Amino acid sequence: MSALSVQDLTVDIETPNGPLRAVNGVGFEAEQGETLALLGESGCGKSMTAQAIVGLLEPIASVTQGSVTLNGTDLVKASRRKRRQMAGPELAIVFQDALTALNPVYTVGTQLAEPFRIHRRMSAKEARGEAIELMRRVGIPHPDKRVDAFPHQFSGGMRQRLLIAMAVALNPTVLLADEPTTALDVTVQAQIMALLKDLRAEREMAVVLITHDLALVAEEADKVAVMYAGHVVETGPVSEVFGDPGHPYTKGLLDSVPVHVARGEELASIGGTPPDLASIPSGCVYQARCPLARQKCRDERPQLKATQGQRKAACHFTEEV
Amino acid sequence: MSNLLEVNDLTKTFDVKDGKLKALDGISLKLGKGETLGLVGESGCGKSTLARTLLMLEKPDAGTVRFDGTDPFALRGKQLLAWRRRVQMVFQDPYGSLNSRMTAGQIIAEPWKTHKHMYANSRDRAARVRELLHLVGLRPSDADRYPQEFSGGQRQRLGIARALALQPDVIICDEPVSALDLSVQAQVLNLLNDLQRQLQVSYVFISHDLSVVRHVADRVAVMYLGRVVEQGPTEAVFERPKHPYTAALMSAAPKLHQADRGERILLKGEIPSPLNPPSGCRFRTRCWKATDICASAAPPLVQDPESKDHGAECHHPMESPRQLALA
Repeated sequence: MSALSVQDLTVDIETPNGPLRAVNGVGFEAEQGETLALLGESGCGKSMTAQAIVGLLEPIASVTQGSVTLNGTDLVKASRRKRRQMAGPELAIVFQDALTALNPVYTVGTQLAEPFRIHRRMSAKEARGEAIELMRRVGIPHPDKRVDAFPHQFSGGMRQRLLIAMAVALNPTVLLADEPTTALDVTVQAQIMALLKDLRAEREMAVVLITHDLALVAEEADKVAVMYAGHVVETGPVSEVFGDPGHPYTKGLLDSVPVHVARGEELASIGGTPPDLASIPSGCVYQARCPLARQKCRDERPQLKATQGQRKAACHFTEEV
Repeated sequence: MSNLLEVNDLTKTFDVKDGKLKALDGISLKLGKGETLGLVGESGCGKSTLARTLLMLEKPDAGTVRFDGTDPFALRGKQLLAWRRRVQMVFQDPYGSLNSRMTAGQIIAEPWKTHKHMYANSRDRAARVRELLHLVGLRPSDADRYPQEFSGGQRQRLGIARALALQPDVIICDEPVSALDLSVQAQVLNLLNDLQRQLQVSYVFISHDLSVVRHVADRVAVMYLGRVVEQGPTEAVFERPKHPYTAALMSAAPKLHQADRGERILLKGEIPSPLNPPSGCRFRTRCWKATDICASAAPPLVQDPESKDHGAECHHPMESPRQLALA
């Protein structure tokens, strides 16, 4: 059984002009000890999907359909109390912006001790010991001294380590990481990704990595779900999807990466821009930018269907990609 | 190729609360006409200060800038104005860098308010605005629209059109595509490339994305804590990095293709504070090759035997192309 199973997840945002569908029937499964990447460009709904899973949607957005199953519990239907119990020991999230995710007025030690205080009812002293141990585990130098420092006294990379420490404190089944390294320099990104990989193996977590970076997906993830305009358009094992994409959008993205293109040579690019959520066409969501688009794509929205093995693509003409 | 821009031994120190911050510490660079120089480095390495100095927004403490043979910092009055026309900038943030109360046409035409001599009358200016919009792949009718009506990629095209309005010789591009989505990023890179071919404009291209730099730059300079630690022709630097920092930076960047992945060099720690840079070689605190000499003496410039223009400052340069000894 999958650690996390998301089925037909749909999120609507209330606007003065009526609801906008930001996430539309998204489904994927994350296995224990594996990394699943949610890959997509800005506005595709990947972060909204993550927020819906952890129950942190803005008040104007709500899940209108679908299920998120974790250890046999449907998080969409679960009570607030049940969700709170699960937050930490079963499900945790690492955000992109570590400075705003940490509370500036508490020491990092207090914040790291919180999960142990709340869920394990430890004494302040015991929890502080656990916090120091966690800081050591994620590679923060001199944890016994730094435990009393405030978030602003740490560098960006160290703050990200603190967030990861907090997220893995109670050994969650599933760890969501929403662009965890986007704000960091590349040498620090490499350190953070190595840490996440170690922790995943050590704690047998399922990791859901939300990112726009294809190369990061290629290196870090086992499976990928490619999102476009609120839909998953392709999913499968990373090596297969990237090696032989089954959706023209995936192919377009891969071709846009400037590697092995000589200086001055034209880069392949995807014409146009993603559709506005308010004006998503009927039929295929990618039709306006797709080189393969034809009448059927305008008339009928392709469903995600199995192509080969574990792979699925939402394209009427996937064999032509 | 004669050099359009030459920078020698540029130094810039800022007085800050906790002491002196040496943002640039002896930078030397050159840029030919129609060439692209890629500036690579992590946050705090001084690349933005360098860009600001090249635009004369900062005055260096020491060192010289030669632009087409003249020192821009010695210019006054009309000559200075004429110089300013020749160096323009494209900013990273296509949202913050365009005034939302001005139309696209007004944004592009605004530099001509300062450089009045360029177009005689409003009809010529309007015609030139349409030409520029066309040049960057927007519609002439877009002149009457406001920035917020454009997508991120279109806004960046608008920023490029504004930079081109004064027919500059050099455009400093500070992370011009890092705010854009991948599919749109390629469009803007192609545009910059086409413009360079058509107009023979030179670019100083600042980016943290090595694959982008490799694609656009003729020469690359790698910066670390206020100093250029390695520079040379792009392919020489990427194929045969001499400085351990360059090698580490390249190995740390995720690669799309399995074949491009070598063994990853995981550096220790993070970039030290520029307020108190390490003695000797400033990279030594994170370098797996560091020895005693790295702390006591500034590293010498080592030339790449295969490319005379390619060198790095290091006591223990990388020997074989991919000598990736791990820390």
